Amino acid sequence: MTSEEFNEAFALSQFLPGPNVVNFSVVFGSRFGGAPGAAVALAGLMGPPLIIVTILAILYARYGDVEALGRILTGITAAATGLLIAVVAKMATPLFSKRWDWAPLIAIAAFTGVAIMQWPLPLVFAVLAPVSVVSAWMTR
Amino acid sequence: MNDNPLIALAGYFALLSLFAVGGANAAIPEMHRIAVEVMHWMTDRQFADSFAISQVSPGPNIIIVTLIGYHVAGLAGAAVATAAMCGPTCVLAFLVARTWDRFKEARWRIAIQVGLVPVSLGLIAASAFVLARSADHNIYAAAITAITAIIGFASRINPLWIFAVGGVLGLSGWL
Repeated sequence: MTSEEFNEAFALSQFLPGPNVVNFSVVFGSRFGGAPGAAVALAGLMGPPLIIVTILAILYARYGDVEALGRILTGITAAATGLLIAVVAKMATPLFSKRWDWAPLIAIAAFTGVAIMQWPLPLVFAVLAPVSVVSAWMTR
Repeated sequence: MNDNPLIALAGYFALLSLFAVGGANAAIPEMHRIAVEVMHWMTDRQFADSFAISQVSPGPNIIIVTLIGYHVAGLAGAAVATAAMCGPTCVLAFLVARTWDRFKEARWRIAIQVGLVPVSLGLIAASAFVLARSADHNIYAAAITAITAIIGFASRINPLWIFAVGGVLGLSGWL
């Protein structure tokens, strides 16, 4: 695979909904070996992590009430939340500085609908995605 | 849809997989809404714990659905939730990959890609909000979140180091 092909496969997996890395493994695998290639790539990506996380799930079901474990996990969640905020800041910087005026409004509306109002994601998406895509179309 | 937990897991996660623009991080609020608020499968705390475990596990972060599925219905639940979250989007990825060359330069495709970015951004911000509400119960936890946000924004440090520090500070009992 050339780097150009890689970039295309990457762009496609970002374009599709759902877990991006999973999409990428399917696109990547299918380029090499069709449906069997996609299946092998997916199994390679997901197989080992699934075994590990299943073991962790079993351990959590048994020891989840242990106070020390709960405290450790709370600390990790607090830190991981900070990293998510960093991702948001990195994504927002170019978006809020471009001349496409609608983008910040759409982002704030999506946040408010899902986080504050706690509306179902499909509903929020069905309203905002078309508005956002049309406004992106008109701007370009 | 509510009687059999396996059917509920399959239905909710298959639907969610098609709306999760921006990947696992964008899907967190809807998973939380379903698992904690609507279906009462788990507590807020258990959801936040599952998120933490998915972050330190190897592999894609979407693996949080495996943890939720296991919590709801054991091994069968883990398998169904994972397949539902990955299946529809994998089939879509496979089908679109074969026709991608034909429309990758199309103006409508670019408009869709550009238009979905602010939606993803809002959803990921919502994830951070939902998780902060679960984890940041006092000033110390909130401080860890704030400091981590700054470190994450300003550097490219391996997240595992940050999680290790967060875990140790959590264990210390301050949070």
